[in-house]
Amino acid sequence: MNIIDVKNVSKNFGEVKAVDNISFSVETAFLGPNGAGKTTTIKMLTTLLPPSKGSIILNNHNVILEPDATRHSFGIVFQDPSIDTELTAYENMEFHAVLYSMKSTLYKPRIQELLELVDLWDRKDSLTKEFSGGMKRRLEIARGLLHHPKVLFLDEPTLGLDPQTRNHIWSYIQNLNKKENLTVFFTTHYMEEADKVADTVCIIDHGKIIANGTPNELKQKTNSKTLEDAFLALTGKNIREDSGDNQMKITNRMWRR
Amino acid sequence: MSTIYILWLRQLKRYVRSKQRMFASLAQPLLFLVAFGFGFSSIFAKAGGGNYIEFLAPGIIAMSVMFTAVFSGIEIIWDKQYGFLKETLVAPVSRFNIMLGRTLGGATVAFIQGIIVLIITLFIGFKPVVSGIFLAIVFMFLLALFFTAFGTAIASKLDDMQGFPLIINFIVMPLFFLSGALFPIAGLPAVFADIVKLNPLSYAVDGVRGALTGMHTFSFFTDGIVLTLITLVCLWIGAELFKRIQA
Repeated sequence: MNIIDVKNVSKNFGEVKAVDNISFSVETAFLGPNGAGKTTTIKMLTTLLPPSKGSIILNNHNVILEPDATRHSFGIVFQDPSIDTELTAYENMEFHAVLYSMKSTLYKPRIQELLELVDLWDRKDSLTKEFSGGMKRRLEIARGLLHHPKVLFLDEPTLGLDPQTRNHIWSYIQNLNKKENLTVFFTTHYMEEADKVADTVCIIDHGKIIANGTPNELKQKTNSKTLEDAFLALTGKNIREDSGDNQMKITNRMWRR
Repeated sequence: MSTIYILWLRQLKRYVRSKQRMFASLAQPLLFLVAFGFGFSSIFAKAGGGNYIEFLAPGIIAMSVMFTAVFSGIEIIWDKQYGFLKETLVAPVSRFNIMLGRTLGGATVAFIQGIIVLIITLFIGFKPVVSGIFLAIVFMFLLALFFTAFGTAIASKLDDMQGFPLIINFIVMPLFFLSGALFPIAGLPAVFADIVKLNPLSYAVDGVRGALTGMHTFSFFTDGIVLTLITLVCLWIGAELFKRIQA
């Protein structure tokens, strides 16, 4: 049994087919141009959006029928920050632990362990609004792992971070991947990251999966030297209209007023 | 239970840490107290209404509870925009419990705000009936709960941070002016008197005022029943709308 099994899943927003009949199991990296359907897929995998069609099994739980069992099985770092900046790092972690009904005797050592792992233990009592983008990301990764998930979803975890922080974050994640025996499922626009980190890669465009395999297989298939060239060969060179997610739209609307 | 508690605790921590918000939301009730209280008290006394501060203070207390409560809904929109809502929506917690925890938190904050205003009124000459304070507290909390649920229901349907205050002002200001908070309902033309009777805030104002001063339009029983019923209905509507929220 695969840890993630997606069968014939579609998602329509009115007329728009955001995700069009995709099937896959356990891909570690999910690549695609803007608006390809990556975030929509992650939202469906994480119970935030019901699929219009198809079935999703995660850690032997049906995502649609057993949302709470599914939610215990995964951790997630969203594309946009999702920590409460009025709370301290420790309080953010504690909030998460209680929401996942962990006992305090269990979550206290676990929070310390994870905050030490991402080098934030000495800042545990600082309000997170004082944190840099990289520190917030590290905190979110630690938080996503708190309840011992089997799968960790990372939606563009290194977006907007400098190369130093990106390197750091990937070394944390790879370290965790070994230590906690967990499947990491991520989306990214940085092809070299996918090439370096991912076991298998899945490229999605216009809501459809157009290629999957190991990075090397994709390079061979398209006769390309790098994964980036393979990606461009598969998805074309046209710039996509970035529909963004809701948050982007709201921000745009706010600025226009 | 513990999930409701941690959501409640979060609202309280945010309130205590935001000193500006606490003081800023005291400015409006203070202004009303001073401007109306001192401005109209001699006319009110001449018209045979008695001590206007005694009449006005419970109305202003109810007003500050209502405003703080209803505006706590904006935190949902805030959390939507800043992404924190997603963290609660992917957690294995029922939507109803999330809504309940947040609403109890917002209501507690509004209630505390009302208590602070009550204390302030003591300094400008308000002399409440001491034995009525407990009952007044019950009405204040019901009022806070009702309007927090109301704010939550509206915020669940909105994505727009600018739109929320506009819509709320459009609804809340008329409710406030037509609640008997500022003037007695007894002398109003029949049409207005009917509108006042349809206004949930009227019953809260009446309950708080009755408890603190003995001045009454309805009865405690009517006030209590009406407030409890509409609070339950509003919590139910709020929970239904919150369930459909998408991050």
